Amino acid sequence: MTPALALMGVFVVWPIVSAVRMSFYRWKGFGPMEDFVGLRNYGRVLGDDVFRDAVAHNFVIVIASVVVQLPLGLAIAMLLNRNIRLRGLLRTVVFVPYVMAEVIAAVIWFQLLQPEYGVVDGLIELVGLTPPEQGFLGTPELALPTLFVVLTWKYLGLAVLLFLAGLQGVPDELYEAAQLDGASWWRTQLRVALPLLGPTIRTWLFLSMIGSLQQFDMVWVLTGGGPANATTTMATYLINQGTQRHNYGIAGAASVVLFLVSFVMALAYQLLILRRDTVVER
Amino acid sequence: MSTRRMRPFGAGGPLTYGIALVVVALTLGPVVYGALGGFRSNEQLATDPAGLPDPWLLKNYNGVFANPDFWRYALNSTAIAVITTVVAVVCGVMAAYPLARYQFRLREPLFMVFVLGLLFPAAVAIIPLFILVTRDLEMGNTWWGVALPQAAFWLPITVVILRPFLMAIPKELEEAALMDGASRVGIFWWLMLPLSRPGLVTVAVLAFVGSWNAYLLPLLLLQQDMRTLPLGVADYSTEHSADTAGVLAFTSIAMIPALVLFLALQRRIVGGLQGAVKG
Repeated sequence: MTPALALMGVFVVWPIVSAVRMSFYRWKGFGPMEDFVGLRNYGRVLGDDVFRDAVAHNFVIVIASVVVQLPLGLAIAMLLNRNIRLRGLLRTVVFVPYVMAEVIAAVIWFQLLQPEYGVVDGLIELVGLTPPEQGFLGTPELALPTLFVVLTWKYLGLAVLLFLAGLQGVPDELYEAAQLDGASWWRTQLRVALPLLGPTIRTWLFLSMIGSLQQFDMVWVLTGGGPANATTTMATYLINQGTQRHNYGIAGAASVVLFLVSFVMALAYQLLILRRDTVVER
Repeated sequence: MSTRRMRPFGAGGPLTYGIALVVVALTLGPVVYGALGGFRSNEQLATDPAGLPDPWLLKNYNGVFANPDFWRYALNSTAIAVITTVVAVVCGVMAAYPLARYQFRLREPLFMVFVLGLLFPAAVAIIPLFILVTRDLEMGNTWWGVALPQAAFWLPITVVILRPFLMAIPKELEEAALMDGASRVGIFWWLMLPLSRPGLVTVAVLAFVGSWNAYLLPLLLLQQDMRTLPLGVADYSTEHSADTAGVLAFTSIAMIPALVLFLALQRRIVGGLQGAVKG
């Protein structure tokens, strides 16, 4: 017990407390931390268009994940739950991107998306369309959607795995009963399987939300937050402020905002769960 | 799973197979492209981005294996992942054991500490962590400097997964062992640990793969020849940006260990997670 608590104390709790303390000082990383500026760092972070865009980007990713990955993941899971040949292999395959390091996936996609030489542009030309001149990642309007497509590729496997596990929990008798009543496959999925997947979907939703808010690796490698800050996230903003510009106070304030956003979302989510579960139990 | 048992609506039609095929192509496409790209030359890649290797070249892959940096990075990744896993699992099971088997006043609040830790975005603590490790502990460019914080951040999930396993072990077994004269430590070591093995395997693989894939913390803490494989891949990709085929070969090899480990133990991991959820 003690080693675990000590480890958590030193490497989790203490750094978080320090982040909060750091956020009240102007500090360039050397000498003692003594230039107390109160809430001024927060003012600067919240007043910074780049940071506000970063928050917006995080939320775009959160929302897009729900709108795109949830139905897609459900559909694929239901498909793979049918008794088709090579089902086990298919499941494994869908999970491959999730197991890869995010950086490694990002490097591969960076190569695929390179303007001119990349295979994505090549395929687009093959269909007879013209790829964007600056490449998908180099065009500000396209960079965030492209990033999201890559993230979907990377993380859909997790959704599918979780939903499949949830579907395994649906008793066969329910399907049989629905079949006897003459319901179609799709109708059965919607009316029988989907409602029973509630808890699984909520688990996924939570993981996906926290992951989307923390998004760093993929962005850092693919775009570095660019072009023209079109893909900055809260995490890339604070790392950039801390390690490249040595504005530790600003980085601290950004961390606290990131934490508060995650915390409020988690709390709101709790309320959502509670509400949902009372509805289900009626 | 028995293939005999007929599931209702079981068989998939051509449409099902068609969609499944598309899903597979989209998922595996980039990975296979990367692996095949490693067998091509840059000229081949430039003139025909979507083609197959013609002729198949081994020089890119040979180049990676002959690259001392690659082995250095692989060694660092392995060492850090092993330390992270051992520390996280040992500390985790030692924390989960009392939280599962003993009654004491602070039990639930202490467990909540770990659950809360689960919700914490690691990015929030990253800059102070960097300062703490490099300046205060002077472990900046070391295996332990990365492994210990990683283990600390893995502890919550480890404890949350392991506790139900330990809780599910019947009390009678413990009592019987006590009657036979086993000590508390003996029970923990010879009874609890073996019985919670599925959970331990799950937690260990998750910690290992998580560490192997980690980027942010190693990025801040490790320089030059202390870097890990993901950092090496990212560096190699920027330094040799003109050598696409070389980058693809390096990347393809770097992703193998985590993939193999995870796929080999996939069934046990999922089983372990389900056990944790059910408990």
